[in-house]
Amino acid sequence: MSPFPSHLLSMDDLDAATIAEVLRVTDSFAEVGRRANPKVPALRGRTVATLFFEDSTRTRMSFETAAKRMSADVLSFSAGSSSVKKGESLRDTIETIQAIGMDAVIIRHSSSGVPARVAEWVDHCAVVNAGDGWHQHPTQALLDLYTVRQSLGGGQEGTDRFRGLRVTIVGDIRHSRVARSQITAYAALGAEVTLVAPATLLPPSLEGWPIAGVSHDLDAVLSGTDVISLLRLQAERGSGAYVPTMREYSAGYALTARRALQLPTDAIILHPGPMIRGVEIASDAAELPSARITDQVGNGVAVRMAVLFLLLGQGSLEGEAA
Amino acid sequence: MSTTPELVIRGGTVVDATGERRADVRVVGGVVVEVADGLAVPEGATVLDAGGCVVAPGLVDLHTHLREPGREEAETVETGTRAAALGGFTAVVAMPNTDPPLDSAESVRNVYALAEGAMAQVAVAGAITVGRAGERLAPMAELAALGVRLFTDDGDGVQSAGLMRRALQYATGLGVTLGQHCEDRSLAAGGTMHEGAWSSRLGLPGMPSEAEEVMVARDIALARATGGRVHFLHLSTAGSIDLVRRARADGVPVTAEVAPHHFTLTDGCASGYDPVFKVNPPLRPQEDVDAVKAALADGTADAIATDHAPHAPELKDLPFDQAPPGMLGLQTALALAITELDLPLARVLALLSWQPAAIAGLDPAHGGAQGAPVAPGSVANLCVIDPGATWTVDPTAFASRSRNTPYAGRTLTGRVRHTVLAGEPVVIDAEAQR
Repeated sequence: MSPFPSHLLSMDDLDAATIAEVLRVTDSFAEVGRRANPKVPALRGRTVATLFFEDSTRTRMSFETAAKRMSADVLSFSAGSSSVKKGESLRDTIETIQAIGMDAVIIRHSSSGVPARVAEWVDHCAVVNAGDGWHQHPTQALLDLYTVRQSLGGGQEGTDRFRGLRVTIVGDIRHSRVARSQITAYAALGAEVTLVAPATLLPPSLEGWPIAGVSHDLDAVLSGTDVISLLRLQAERGSGAYVPTMREYSAGYALTARRALQLPTDAIILHPGPMIRGVEIASDAAELPSARITDQVGNGVAVRMAVLFLLLGQGSLEGEAA
Repeated sequence: MSTTPELVIRGGTVVDATGERRADVRVVGGVVVEVADGLAVPEGATVLDAGGCVVAPGLVDLHTHLREPGREEAETVETGTRAAALGGFTAVVAMPNTDPPLDSAESVRNVYALAEGAMAQVAVAGAITVGRAGERLAPMAELAALGVRLFTDDGDGVQSAGLMRRALQYATGLGVTLGQHCEDRSLAAGGTMHEGAWSSRLGLPGMPSEAEEVMVARDIALARATGGRVHFLHLSTAGSIDLVRRARADGVPVTAEVAPHHFTLTDGCASGYDPVFKVNPPLRPQEDVDAVKAALADGTADAIATDHAPHAPELKDLPFDQAPPGMLGLQTALALAITELDLPLARVLALLSWQPAAIAGLDPAHGGAQGAPVAPGSVANLCVIDPGATWTVDPTAFASRSRNTPYAGRTLTGRVRHTVLAGEPVVIDAEAQR
C-alpha cells in the first residue's frame, strides 16, 4: 500500500490497497457512530475548515459532523457570507485562511480544479476535495464503495467482492463529478463499470476511461447489473438542453420499480442525492428494500472521519505524533 | 525618434529574402547604405558586434495585444513595444479588442499617437464591425485612409456568414485584408480548453476542433466567392490546416498564421488546472501540434504570429474556467521557433519577418519599410540573432507588464542580441536601450 497522500483531490490519488485501508478505518469510525457518545479525541487540537464556494448543506454537514466527532475545531466558511463576494481573489482567500492556521481545508467549488490549485498554494495543510465542478467528489465515491461493501456482506475486511462486480452508472455522466470519482474507484477495485446515458450526456471523449462499456439502453443492461447508481440530471448546469424533455429522458433512463424487477434479486440501488424523484428515479424505486440511499448518507460521516484521520491523525504531517 | 547618425553592424551573416551572405552592414541616417564584407568603421560610428550572429530584417508580429487603451494594468504600448524590441520585432500589428475598440478613426489615431517614439512600429488592425459586436460594418474606408491594411474582430469571429460576406465584398474595393478569429460561438461557447480526452477527464467544458474548422471552411467559401482576401489568425487544428492547404492549391486568396504555443504545447498542459495554459484557440492534442509544424514546413502557414496576450497576475489566479485566455509571446517567439521547429533559420525568418510584413501591408511592395532585404536604400529595421545562444525563460525579467508565460524555467536556444529600429539600436546585447 502506498502511503496515504497528503491531500485527497481525486480518486486517482488512491490505489486499491489504500482504498481498502480507508474502508477498514471507516469500520472503526462507524462503530464510534453507534455509541451513545459518538466522540473520540483523534483530532483534538487540530483545526479543520470547510470552504464551500458552492452551497451544499448535506456535504458540509457530513464533513463538519465527522470533524467534530473526532474533536477537531471546525471553522465554517461560505462564499455567500465572506469577502469573496466583495471581489477578493481565491488565492487571497486561501492565504488569509492559511494565515489563521488550518490543518485541513475541505473545499467545494463550482469550478473544476480549484482544490488542486489550492493544494499547490498551501503549506502543511491537507486539502480535501468535497466536490469540484464536473471533476471529482472522492468522498462520495468512497462512501458508495463502503455502502456496497456493507451490502454485499461477507468478509468485512476485504475488497475482493468488488472484483468482477457489474456496476452500472446511469444519467448525466458528462457533468458529474460523482461519476468521474465512482468510475475510478470501482475500476481500481476490479469492478466492471458500464455507463448508460444518451450520447449527449456522456463526456465528449472516453479515451482512457477504465470502463467495460457504454449503453444507450437501460433495459438491456439491468439483468446484468449488480450495483446500479443513478445520477441527478444537472439541470442547473444547463443540461436541460442535452435532452429534449425531462419526460423523454425519464422514459428511457429513470429507474422505476417496474424496471427494477429486471435487476438480479440481490442487486443494490444507489443514488448520491439529492434525488429528483420522477426524473432519474421513481419514488417507488427509491423505496425498494434494495435501495441503500439512506445508508449512503449515514456512511458518509464515518467515511469522512476515516479520510480526515488518515490525512491528519497519524503523524503524517510534519512527523507529529497522533 | 533619435537616430544614430552612423552605425556599423560588424562580423555577421546577413539573411533575408534574397539569400545569405557574410557581410557587414553600414547604416547612415536610418537607411542601409552599404552591405559588404570587411567594411571600414568611420570615425564616430556606433559599432554593433555581430560575430557568430545572423543579421536579418526586423521581425514583424501580425498579432499583438497591446491592451492600451483600457487594460493598462496588463500592458501598454510602451511596455508591449519594449517587449517586442527585445524579441527582435521592429513592427507589431496591434489587435483592436481594446476598450474602446479600434473601430473608428479617432481610436486608431489615438493608438498611433501613443505609439509615437515607441520601440517598435505599431500598425493597427481595425475592427471589422462596430464595437466588434458582429452586427454592422465599421467605417473601414476611413480606417484604410489612415493606413489600416488588416481588419479583424479578433477575440471573436464574425459569427454571421452574411455579414462576413458583405465585409469581404467591401474590402475588395479597399484593397485590405480581413483577419478572422475562427470560432463558431454555438459550438465553442462556455468552452475553456480543447474538447477531448483531457477536458473530459478534467471535467472542464471544451471547445471542439470543429468550432474553428466550420468557420475556416465557411470563410474559404466566402473568399472564393467574393475574391476578398482572408487571413486566418492563429490556426490550431489539423482540420483547419488541411482546409487551408486545399484552398490555396485551388488559388483561393487566403493566408494563415500559427502561434508558437500551438507548435510547442498540448492540451495535456492544462492537467494541473493552471490558467497560464489557458488560451484561445486552446492548446490541442499532439496530432494537431504536428499538423501545425507540418504547415510551417510546407508553406501552408505563411507566418508565425505571437498572439501576445498579457493578463494581470490576479486574473490568472482565478479558477481555470473563470481566468481569461491568453499568453505572452513577444519575447519567446523566435527562440521557440529556433528550438522547436526543424527548419533552416532562413525559413524561420521568412515566417517571422518578410512574409508577415507582406500580409500586414508593411513591406516595401506596399510602401512600407518592414521585412525589406538588407540592401542599400532599405530602412534599417534589423535584428541581430545569436542562433546558438541558450537562455532560460524568466518571466520576472520580461519587459511586459504581465507575467503570463507558459514557458517559465524553460531553456531555449536562439537569442536576440541587437534590434535596430530605423537606424536606432533600441536593443544592444539583449538590453533595451530605453
